[in-house]
Amino acid sequence: MMTLYLKLFWEFFKTGLFAVGGGMATVPFLQDMGRTTGWFTSAELADMIAVSESTPGPIGVNMATYVGNVIGRQAGGSAVCGVFGGIIATLGLVAPSVIIILIIAGILKKFRDSKYVSAAFYGLRPASVALISAAGFAIILIAFFGVEKISDFRTSGGISFGTSGGVSGGIVPDWRYFALAAVLILLTRFIPATKKLHPIIFILFSAVVGVVFAF
Amino acid sequence: MAMNIYPDLFLTFAKIGVMTFGGGMAMLPMLEREVVENKGWCTEEELMDYFAIGQCTPGIIAVNTATFIGKKMGSALGCRDAAKNTSQNELCGILGGIIATLGMVFPSIVIITVLSAIITQVQDIAWINHAFAGIRICVCILIINAAIKLGKKALVNLPTVIIFIVVFLGAVFTDLSPVIFVILAALAGILLQVKKS
Repeated sequence: MMTLYLKLFWEFFKTGLFAVGGGMATVPFLQDMGRTTGWFTSAELADMIAVSESTPGPIGVNMATYVGNVIGRQAGGSAVCGVFGGIIATLGLVAPSVIIILIIAGILKKFRDSKYVSAAFYGLRPASVALISAAGFAIILIAFFGVEKISDFRTSGGISFGTSGGVSGGIVPDWRYFALAAVLILLTRFIPATKKLHPIIFILFSAVVGVVFAF
Repeated sequence: MAMNIYPDLFLTFAKIGVMTFGGGMAMLPMLEREVVENKGWCTEEELMDYFAIGQCTPGIIAVNTATFIGKKMGSALGCRDAAKNTSQNELCGILGGIIATLGMVFPSIVIITVLSAIITQVQDIAWINHAFAGIRICVCILIINAAIKLGKKALVNLPTVIIFIVVFLGAVFTDLSPVIFVILAALAGILLQVKKS
């Protein structure tokens, strides 16, 4: 159990250290974590993102608590282990931030005006966008098609994927998913009256659509 | 009296944590009201500076800002004989930074821990699964929207577009850790920019 907690701390420490660009920037790291540790699937990750977006607090912190809680509870078999797991993962996530800020607080101006720092971020920003896009792509695969990896597409022709998430149509995706996606794109990007609404509204709307049309 | 800054830091940041959905930029108005207007812990300009630094350092922006303000207030008011001893001052500042950060994450830990237990109890119910299948579609759109928003600021010329394409393809088609892409992209940025000047 101790080694699991250490591993949780370390995995989230890495995420906190390398995720640049706010809440969603942690998603590619979590995806990698799920893949390498087997702690959770992409579908479970998508659900955790939704819960983290719909509750108060920074998204990255919420996700760390959630993942740590689930992993701790599964491995330890009790709710208390889950509580510890959540706390340890969260502390791991914030530790690099705290350390870095405490170090640079004294040399604030120098740091901000450093040409090396701004040059590094010139390269980091597009990479961060790319990592978030790739994570989005992977979650699209699971949400629309029920496949975990792009290679599953090639190997699985016609096999039905019945996952716990309710993806039922196999490799031929459900047209209703695309209809919902089209409506959401319209609401979040094109209609001025709804564009600025908080994401939680769209999450709730999608949940209702999912229940009503039995996704 | 002076020691009271620590509970105050914890509670104020816990309040900010519980009242903002989403973190990052969504947190700015709340920080302004609590930290600048109500408490007078920093000026508007300082807060903007903290945010700017938070965006160009790794980690969670909200946490970076909490650490900054906690450090500042801890070293100013945390010690009884603040002005006399600079190394003690430094320690009081570090303590302040840590306490403010713990305050910020405290509500998340409580709320998510409770929710996680509830969701585990109900996850086998059919309609809950239907709801999450719908929500997953929404999460895709939200992630794409976040990427577009960041992309508008990050993809400014050909080199940045090339970095984007290379990292995207690398992340989709290989199992390499994102850490590797982040380190290589930072190096590429330094090589490209420093060579120019």
